[in-house]
Amino acid sequence: MFLTGPLQSIGLPYGAAWLISYIVSILVLSVALLVMLAFLLLADRKIWAAVQIRRGPNVVGAFGLLQSFADFIKFVLKEAVIPAGANKVVFLLSPLIAFTLALAAWAVIPVASGWVIADINVGILYLFAISSLGVYGIIMGGWASNSKYAFLGSLRSAAQMVSYEVSIGFILITVLLFAGSLRLTDIVQAQAPDIRHWFIASPLFPMFFLFLISAMAETNRPPFDLPEAESELVAGFAVEYSSTPYLLFMVAEYLNIVLMCAMASILFFGGWLPLVDVWPLNAVPGVVWLLLKIWFFFFIFAMVKAIVPRYRYDQLMRLGWKVFLPISLLWVVLSAGYLFAIGRFS
Amino acid sequence: MLQTIAFYVFAAVIIFSALMVISSRNPVHSVLFLILAFLNAAALFILLGAEFLAWILVVVYVGAVAVLFLFVVMMLDIDFASLRAGFMQYLPIGAIIGLAIVSELILAYLGWATATPPGPPSATTPGVSNTEALGRILYTDYIFYFQTAGLILLVAMIGAIVLTLRHRVGVKRQSIARQVRRVPAEAIEILEVKPGQGVT
Repeated sequence: MFLTGPLQSIGLPYGAAWLISYIVSILVLSVALLVMLAFLLLADRKIWAAVQIRRGPNVVGAFGLLQSFADFIKFVLKEAVIPAGANKVVFLLSPLIAFTLALAAWAVIPVASGWVIADINVGILYLFAISSLGVYGIIMGGWASNSKYAFLGSLRSAAQMVSYEVSIGFILITVLLFAGSLRLTDIVQAQAPDIRHWFIASPLFPMFFLFLISAMAETNRPPFDLPEAESELVAGFAVEYSSTPYLLFMVAEYLNIVLMCAMASILFFGGWLPLVDVWPLNAVPGVVWLLLKIWFFFFIFAMVKAIVPRYRYDQLMRLGWKVFLPISLLWVVLSAGYLFAIGRFS
Repeated sequence: MLQTIAFYVFAAVIIFSALMVISSRNPVHSVLFLILAFLNAAALFILLGAEFLAWILVVVYVGAVAVLFLFVVMMLDIDFASLRAGFMQYLPIGAIIGLAIVSELILAYLGWATATPPGPPSATTPGVSNTEALGRILYTDYIFYFQTAGLILLVAMIGAIVLTLRHRVGVKRQSIARQVRRVPAEAIEILEVKPGQGVT
């Protein structure tokens, strides 16, 4: 950890320095993420509004910049209503699980060269596992609400997430075949130094589009927002939730979306690497590059939400199982064959 | 030191949640405790240094198998009274199976305890990540066993599909190809309707 050295030099023992540096970096990352999320939420609403020729939130603060903070205060101050027939423990546990998992996934995301809380050597597997756990928050919440609508929403959501996870898994396998490592730092390094070596410029590029669409389905974003299709199920699994528990669900959902944007940038767009490796660009800190890429993908997510109409459920399942799964499976075989042919495995 | 404490915490949680799996009254709670047990087992793998196995356990068992369990259990309308009524009837069979497992465990432990230990087991070899080591064993050293297992799974999968596949008649299905092929000429008919006559 980057703080351990300086802390030791002021006389702390190694263990304490290690612990403090971890706690500080976790806090910094979480706070930075949540603050960024507040503005991304606003950006999402503003983009949506702009597409529909509305103004969007513009009352709280200049240009409505503080809207998310006002929403936050409102959420926290309201009473948390627990339905009479609800399973209380599971009901309150599930938003906590959703939120914790959404935040925990960020532990392995390399923000810049060497800036990562846990540079574990199965980072990509960790991300995959955590995102596959995310389904529990939703399914538990829907069940514990003791409401048919919430339960239907959670079933839809769970089926959808499980289906698209399969193709995301295969896409991740193609990427790690090319990178030759499961460590996220190595995956970014394999794309050095600039855009000519990013995986988007390699035979992997069709997988990027599959990944982006699967990411939208995995995070229940429009056009795949069937679990909370407003016109049919009100708010899907979260229909019985109010105040802070609902806030946790919503923040978890957006954290997952931003995580997917970060994964798209790391897996296909070279993470913290500059666009072109020439002087003024490569002097920009890596974290800025990663943020720019994340915001770019978030913009795409927001535009898709504003523009594309919702899928029907059977169409969604057809797309997942009959289109994405065979294509990504084929690509695993093809890229393994390609890498073998160019002699990467010898 | 820290590892020992962590081991006992995880192990205690596993045993507790395993007990809760069989003793909790609500089947959904049982499944949730089962998931807790899986997660803590994954944590034990991490303590051993087998991080690949740990996360695969989480992906496969917690992320996929347990979700299906949870689905099924939530959908089932379980009548607890009738379940309890059969308890005495199944007790002898259950007891026999339990006894068999316990005696096997004892035999296995005796064999393991009296054998000379081959040194401390290690999940990691220096210089080779355990993903790589596992891949080499599975896909290079034991490739034919792996292929056989894959074949068996394929047969099981096809079997499951054959058992559950049924062609229902009279169901509207979307055929994308047919929809795309449709042209206005065959989809619309333009009629000249005279006043007072209607369309036949």
